Amino acid sequence: MLTYILKRILSVIPVLFLVSVFVFLMLRLTPGDPAAILAGDNATPETLERIRDAMGLNEPLLTQYVKWIGGILHGDFGTSLISSVPVLDLVSQRVGPSISLAVLTIIIAICVAIPMGVIAAWKHRTWVDYLVMSFSVLGFSVPVFLVGYVLLLIFSVKLGWLPPQGFKPLSAGIAPFMERAILPALTLASIYIALIARMTRAAMLDVLNEDYIRTARAKGVGDRRLLFVHALKNAAVPIATIVGAGFALLISGVVVTETIFNIPGIGRLTVDAVLARDYPVIQALILLTATLYVAVNLLIDLSYSLFDPRIRY
Amino acid sequence: MELRNKDFSAEPIVLEIKDLVVEVGSKSVLPPILKGISFDIRHGETVCLVGESGSGKSVTSLATMGLLPKDALKVRGGEIRLKGENLVTLSPGQMKQRRARDLAMIFQEPMTALNPVLKVGAQIMEVLDLHTRLSASEKRAKVIDIMEQVHLPDVERIFESYPHQLSGGQRQRIMIAMALILEPALLIADEPTTALDVTTQKQILSLIAELQEKHGTAVLFITHDMGVVAEIADRVCVMRHGEILETGTIRQVLEEPRHDYTKKLLSAVPSLIPREPRPDAGATPVLVTKDLGKTYRSGGFLAKKSEVRASYGVNFDLSPGRTLGIVGESGSGKTTVARSIMRLIEPTEGQILLEGDDIAHLSTSAMKPKRKKLQVVFQDPFRSLNPRWTIARSLTEGPLNYGVPYAEAIAEAKRLLQIVSLPEDALKRYPHQFSGGQRQRIAIARAVMLRPDVLVADEAVSALDVSVQAQVLDLLDELQRQTGIAIIFITHDLRVAAQICDEVLVMKRGEVVEQGPAGQVLHAPQHEYTRALINAAPGRFWDFAAHKPLVA
Repeated sequence: MLTYILKRILSVIPVLFLVSVFVFLMLRLTPGDPAAILAGDNATPETLERIRDAMGLNEPLLTQYVKWIGGILHGDFGTSLISSVPVLDLVSQRVGPSISLAVLTIIIAICVAIPMGVIAAWKHRTWVDYLVMSFSVLGFSVPVFLVGYVLLLIFSVKLGWLPPQGFKPLSAGIAPFMERAILPALTLASIYIALIARMTRAAMLDVLNEDYIRTARAKGVGDRRLLFVHALKNAAVPIATIVGAGFALLISGVVVTETIFNIPGIGRLTVDAVLARDYPVIQALILLTATLYVAVNLLIDLSYSLFDPRIRY
Repeated sequence: MELRNKDFSAEPIVLEIKDLVVEVGSKSVLPPILKGISFDIRHGETVCLVGESGSGKSVTSLATMGLLPKDALKVRGGEIRLKGENLVTLSPGQMKQRRARDLAMIFQEPMTALNPVLKVGAQIMEVLDLHTRLSASEKRAKVIDIMEQVHLPDVERIFESYPHQLSGGQRQRIMIAMALILEPALLIADEPTTALDVTTQKQILSLIAELQEKHGTAVLFITHDMGVVAEIADRVCVMRHGEILETGTIRQVLEEPRHDYTKKLLSAVPSLIPREPRPDAGATPVLVTKDLGKTYRSGGFLAKKSEVRASYGVNFDLSPGRTLGIVGESGSGKTTVARSIMRLIEPTEGQILLEGDDIAHLSTSAMKPKRKKLQVVFQDPFRSLNPRWTIARSLTEGPLNYGVPYAEAIAEAKRLLQIVSLPEDALKRYPHQFSGGQRQRIAIARAVMLRPDVLVADEAVSALDVSVQAQVLDLLDELQRQTGIAIIFITHDLRVAAQICDEVLVMKRGEVVEQGPAGQVLHAPQHEYTRALINAAPGRFWDFAAHKPLVA
């Protein structure tokens, strides 16, 4: 088990290296110049050149890359080209809101979707099943911004129950946090509820056809115990996979929601950085997301052995 | 060993089934699955339901347990009385209470019948959680006690084990323990030993008999295997197409079968006596192996290295027109040998000489021209044909790969379908439109499409009913006589091996323990293991076709 984890962590290094090279080259090959954006429309070519020099953009690509990577190895991710704030500070301020939102979203999605999927499988081909599946199609096909604005309209504008926008960290207390995070979390959760419910239903349908379910029934096991003790644990591996993948996607995919609800998270930072061609910030953000992906995937793989004793590392 | 012969007429009736009708779906136009069957089982008695697939024997057992698939099958009429109480009229909740307490069931496939993610001790204990109000320590003691009664070794360890850590036989013992822990009046055993090796099967059969004796359980035993019937039954009901054709004591049914179908079933049971040896023409062998072996190695970087010798030291030569049997239980390495010969895997030791050329280590491309000389028929006809392809496409794929023009390939396919007795319009149909036996004949036709020199049949008749099995064996025999093909027949079934093989090779744990002409190996086995295998063959004391005991 430990050697397995060690091996998996070691294998992250080449992945991150490739990501860093790729991101670095991509940014420099795409049109757009941070110096031009910073200097404004009226800058003379000389000013522009001076700014470029100051930013280190005139050095050969290899030198730039080695400097950047060297910095990272010392814990220095550089400073923002635009705001001159160290990238590490910039990102770490924004990680909190995004992660707490993502966690809340996933918790909501799991709590709603798994029972939905289980019940749909149990009531296979009845109106309950069709209802769950229709909801799931809806969750997939309605765009996030629409869900977000509709929820805002109902709960903030019409009913006035919740503040429409903004963010309070968890450290400010559960109630203020939930008050502002619940709508964006529900918005984000809609698609994941659809996804996880579908997966749960499919996995449960497979499992419910297994011989050991018949054995359990032959023992006199009732429906609830049959579904949640005998079947669900067997169906857990594919469900965990989709939950994990969903979580990883969430971290990077919250742009729209953060914009609608005006939350100072990673998503908006990314958009701002890309628009300003703020290379160090973009690079750091992408490296961060890649690391998160890999870490979440490792956790998912390890979680398999919790559900299924046949899986051992 | 001889037939059971005990009079149960004084014992109370435990299960009484009267005019039971089971139909498909709600508003059905199809004929019923069970057409009004009636039988009873008395205290301590074993009644065998015998029949081929589709006879309705499993439906009978599931109906009794109240476990018919929801919506798909429904009891339409009749009664199922357990100790006088009609189970058909019980509510689902009441039926749930009866299960495990008054009637219990064990299933065919011990590998899949236990929940893989729960410890086996907890799975047995669950029965007590559901039906009793004992304290935790009393429950545990009771579980340990029943686990000892089913003769599980090292009970404390197995209690904490997961199903995948146990052997097939051990799992079936767990199932039996689970079924009998509350001492139900009726035990239903649906093909409980079919998936097990013969030696394990023998142990499980005697375990069921022993526990039945001890607790006076009435047993409804479902099987397709006449050998098993001869070992365990007090009375027999022969079923076909949802009807009971004949009922009688085991002696009546085996000695004086009244119904033609029963006679047909009995005569289809292959005899353990090897067939007359065929003269060896002394032709040049088409396939020779020298010290063939396969060792699986795993591990390496950062992990412990481990080796499994799946098979080793396999030597034989096979001439055209001859059949070599490779016999052994699961894990004996017989399938590894077959795969090595087919070069589906690369052997790690020895040589495989096909017409004198060593193919043991040929590359994929060098192997390609040789492939058409080696063809295979697999065990499960339901999974070995592509369900999305027509039979024509499955049959012609091989020749087309080797550049045969389509018209020629399809003509050959038509010719072969005739030989395997299938209509020509079968070409346009899909695998699901055929029965298991028909599919297996299609699989054989596919294998011989390329006119191979060697046909490997890997448990090719194991999944088939006896009467179909006999047909497929006849077909192989006829093909062999017509084409002079050499056959390697891999089987766990000594009866089948006795009927088809010229030579037999007995394998155990990767090693060849005995090898020789079929008559000699099966009639005068030298190795202890071969003798154990023959002794374990169910019903070996009975000559089914002749309706009398076998005189040794």
